Amino acid sequence: MGRAPSNISRRYFIRTTGLTGVALTLGIALPGCNNNKTGVVNVSQGDATEAGTELMSWISVDPSGKVLIMNHRSEMGQGTSQAIPQIIAEELEVSLDQVSIRSVAANPKKYGPQPRDGSFSVRGWHKQLLLAGASARQMLITAAAAQWKVPVVECHARSGEVIHGPSGKKLGYGALVGEAAKLQPPQNVVLKDRKDYTVIGKPMPRLDALSKINGTAIFGLDKKLPGMLYAMVERSPRFRGRVKRFDDSACRAVPGVKKVFTVKRRVFGAWYEGVAIVADTLWGAMQGRKALKVEWDDDGFEHLDSDKLKARMLEDIKRPGASEKFEAAYTKAAKKLEAVYETPYQSHSCMEPLNCIADVRDNSIEIWGPVQEANWIQQDLSERMNIPAANITVNMTFLGGGFGRKASPDYPHEAALISKEMKAPVQVVWTREDDMTQGPFRTGSAFACRGGLDAHGNISAFQAITASQPFGEGTDKDDNPGPASTNSGNLSGLLAGYLQSIPHYSFGWCTVKSIIPTIWWRAPNAHSDGFAGESFIDELAHAAGKDPLEFRRVHLPDARYHALIDRLETVSGWKGRARKDGWGVAITQCFGSTVGHIVKVSKRPDGKIKIDKVFAVMDCGWYVNPDIIRAQVEGSIVMGLGAAIKHETHFKDGMAVEKNFDTYPMPRINDIPEIEVHIMDNDEAAGGVGEPGLPPFAPALCNAIFDLTGKRIRKLPFNLEEV
Amino acid sequence: MAAYKLSINSKDYNIEADPQMPLLWVIREMVGLTGTKYGCGIAQCGACTVQLNGNPMRSCSLPVSMVADQRITTIEGLSPDNSHPIQKAWIAEQVPQCGYCQSGQIMTAAALLKRTPNPTDADIDNAMQGHICRCGTYPRIRKAVKTAARLAKQ
Repeated sequence: MGRAPSNISRRYFIRTTGLTGVALTLGIALPGCNNNKTGVVNVSQGDATEAGTELMSWISVDPSGKVLIMNHRSEMGQGTSQAIPQIIAEELEVSLDQVSIRSVAANPKKYGPQPRDGSFSVRGWHKQLLLAGASARQMLITAAAAQWKVPVVECHARSGEVIHGPSGKKLGYGALVGEAAKLQPPQNVVLKDRKDYTVIGKPMPRLDALSKINGTAIFGLDKKLPGMLYAMVERSPRFRGRVKRFDDSACRAVPGVKKVFTVKRRVFGAWYEGVAIVADTLWGAMQGRKALKVEWDDDGFEHLDSDKLKARMLEDIKRPGASEKFEAAYTKAAKKLEAVYETPYQSHSCMEPLNCIADVRDNSIEIWGPVQEANWIQQDLSERMNIPAANITVNMTFLGGGFGRKASPDYPHEAALISKEMKAPVQVVWTREDDMTQGPFRTGSAFACRGGLDAHGNISAFQAITASQPFGEGTDKDDNPGPASTNSGNLSGLLAGYLQSIPHYSFGWCTVKSIIPTIWWRAPNAHSDGFAGESFIDELAHAAGKDPLEFRRVHLPDARYHALIDRLETVSGWKGRARKDGWGVAITQCFGSTVGHIVKVSKRPDGKIKIDKVFAVMDCGWYVNPDIIRAQVEGSIVMGLGAAIKHETHFKDGMAVEKNFDTYPMPRINDIPEIEVHIMDNDEAAGGVGEPGLPPFAPALCNAIFDLTGKRIRKLPFNLEEV
Repeated sequence: MAAYKLSINSKDYNIEADPQMPLLWVIREMVGLTGTKYGCGIAQCGACTVQLNGNPMRSCSLPVSMVADQRITTIEGLSPDNSHPIQKAWIAEQVPQCGYCQSGQIMTAAALLKRTPNPTDADIDNAMQGHICRCGTYPRIRKAVKTAARLAKQ
């Protein structure tokens, strides 16, 4: 994913925070930003940063002792706005209620590094955040020691105060910020031991929860600007359809409608056309849209059907050339197994449909909206609108879900084009139907798996060939698939751990092209790869006549996986499981974390299958807030359940078929089994939390259904009522 | 266009609107209360739920002409100080993730609690299944409704 840290200028910081008096303000300078120095920088005093230091986040302690964090990571429900204050509060020795966080607009002079990765807020930045908190604490202690004329080592900090141990003297942080602000950040800060943590690792309640239970949280659609106009866009229902002509006579007669014109939206390299209706009220734009008649030009591109697309993928997975080493090992195998798996195209369908406000002036742009990637939007707008990035401000509201869709800059760009035409701030509002039919979607995929077992029932050869669309715009012509590689590559949803135990493995990927726009979706490839990989491992276990959990223990030799498997076995009662029920396991790794699920299913009196319980064990290494991790895993399981048994986007004649929740069903409260989440405690590197809990669900469920019924499910989604 | 007098959160509003305009857009765009959300426009997701005379209703599919002179309550009017048992329970159980659907969930849950002070799992599932939460907060919603039932008795 396009992820970039925002770099926040001091001037912007001061303007936004309203901090004018004395404060201790530290910034975090990133490596790799052409910075002279990296680490923690004291910016209390002057404008050193304006000379070129790129800063990621700021923390500021004001004379009342309150701490403000300015941060660039978006909040779309995953709890970033909670995790970051917890990290700072821990090392700064303040209670969490003294800390507030504000999301900042992207407004850099240059761009920082762009780690193209997901689930990154904590695992990517926690070390710098710890260092910033500890540096501020140390500077406050040094200031107090100087004032008392005592050795620094005799002083410590607790609960927002510096304490002189021998005398018991105390000074609040607020009284010390003036002097501390004159100091240089210490060079070798000692971070706290994990065993001494009082805030990190604790289930602190979310700071943003209150605004979300009383209606005050401002999402994109809730933002209003003075003089703002509203736009809706009648979008080509067929991907790639162009506006041939439109009749806006009735539309312009609708009260409030001001202007009607063709507008384009760009997803990666491809353009999607529509007709914008701009009005002074949202209702006017909606009514105007109903009155508009558009004739589309649908010549010159494929009008694709799902069946054809799927057939192409199933054909593609046969195309890669042989991998000799694998073929040799496979030929010698005592037992051979082949299987084909399929996953569907799916829409993100965030609860908040897409929307964006743009205010384009002569040489500046300001954006407000539910956006995941402020910096990418800024960069994209700068290039496309030919305005310096420094003059483009992207303000993030709360996001009513993101899941990857709101990481694309296409809809802010469209809003900017409409604002430019109107010479006024404009909010572009998408209907649910727009949101669900226009994409980009998660790609469907097909997998051809082959595996061989040796005489002991262990895997001796393993191959997976994938066909799916890459992220990006489609074209109509497929690439020539290369030969399957030998002992290289990986299925991202499969544990790298398996590869240590399998002598010969091989992977190949056919990039399927189509007119359907595709993009990442929560746990992008891991979700479909995990389904194929962990289903096939299960098939091999059964073919070998082995217990599926024990089979994984043998094939995942690393001690960290063994610890996770032991935990799964214990918490689920796997060994003592009742044979009348169906039990399935799956373990996948992505974004630096490993998650195992055990799903228990049973037969209802009417013979249909019921999902009784999901046991989940998350190993994300060092972590901040166990309750948010549990919430993310619960949510991942619910989303995984929807993806496995509820919905699929079909295409017919080049258009998306499912337009709203009546035909694209979502999991609801009555579909949800009991979910029990456990977290591994270890000191491994911090892993992601928002995505890794999703991939194991579908294979664990299908493996449980096989255990119960003997029926192997290889195609998602499937109807649980019809198994 | 026609003139309507609406009673929202015990306050009267005189508005002029197209009789067909859904209550959702009247509340959000004309009255300016944005806690009530647009999710689907076809009464499938529950994000737009308000209470009409104490009963949960999908405001996206209620023309304004049908609700004049009735008592409308939105999330902003549930309590003046976040003290409704459902709100307290939603915090205690840390229900919200992105939060977008929660106004609607809370309005239905509050109505459920009034009607059924001791809801069972089945009662909760029946009452709440008209709501979609894409973040998957359902397990916590179940817990929180029960917590609220306890809090309401204290």
